[in-house]
Amino acid sequence: MWCIRDERARDRKETELNKNTLGSPDTWLDEHGAALYKYALMHTRDEHKAEEAVQETLLAALESRDRFAGDASPRTWLIGILKHKVMDMFRHDAREVQLADPDDAEDAQVEDNFAANGHWRNMPSDWGNPEELLERGQFMTILQRCLDALPPRLSKLFMLREVMEEDTETICQDLAITPTNLWTMLYRARLGLRQCLDRNWVGKTAQG
Amino acid sequence: MEMLTCKDASHLISESHERPLGLWERLGLKMHLWMCVGCRRFERQMTLLRLAVRALGKHPEAVDDGAEFPPEARERIRKALTERRDRQH
Repeated sequence: MWCIRDERARDRKETELNKNTLGSPDTWLDEHGAALYKYALMHTRDEHKAEEAVQETLLAALESRDRFAGDASPRTWLIGILKHKVMDMFRHDAREVQLADPDDAEDAQVEDNFAANGHWRNMPSDWGNPEELLERGQFMTILQRCLDALPPRLSKLFMLREVMEEDTETICQDLAITPTNLWTMLYRARLGLRQCLDRNWVGKTAQG
Repeated sequence: MEMLTCKDASHLISESHERPLGLWERLGLKMHLWMCVGCRRFERQMTLLRLAVRALGKHPEAVDDGAEFPPEARERIRKALTERRDRQH
């Protein structure tokens, strides 16, 4: 019996220690608010939704701060909660757009990449080394702009898959679409992004 | 075996990020890539795109879009947090 009590006491002690690492909730907003907002804005692309996501995150963190395990940094822990909030918003939005519907405009966008014989209309360009590419903030900024330029349903799916790193099965189940459907839309998103990057990024490097 | 067009090949390259390709798909793609510099570049672009987007997800601050946390939003959230904390006590 006191064996159990002993364990509980130890658990409580550990929680106390971890609370120190997490810091007082009063400081969360000042220390992590800007980073959370930036993350939320990147995913939602909407100031009101981003604010809502940050608020929901901090409220949820407040409720569950006893469960902070201490093996991650407070920032990582908060971002983890934020990710769930953003996912919920995505699911909600995705239900509103008709994901399974074929879209002629999107299809025309794909066709725009290819000549009638199925060959590239414009040869994809060489983007160079990943190290160089990723180090340049400019590439990331253009990438973000290209994501914004995609049809909303394509960018949402692409973000779910590539930024949230959700697997096909989860996305299909959550959004009630077939894998073939999802893959076609991801293909469209990727083609659109690379076309946009080829036009805006490579054009820039050639000039500068 | 019928030759793939660049359109077919690019579709397969995109799908290879989602599912393991079948034997014939892999062979057809390999043959096409061997001959086609455009699709070889496309394949590299797709790998880079994945890397870049994941990096973006982890470091959104790398994007220089001038977006700041609006002070009014901060204060609204602060108020909501304080209210919740008062209710907890």
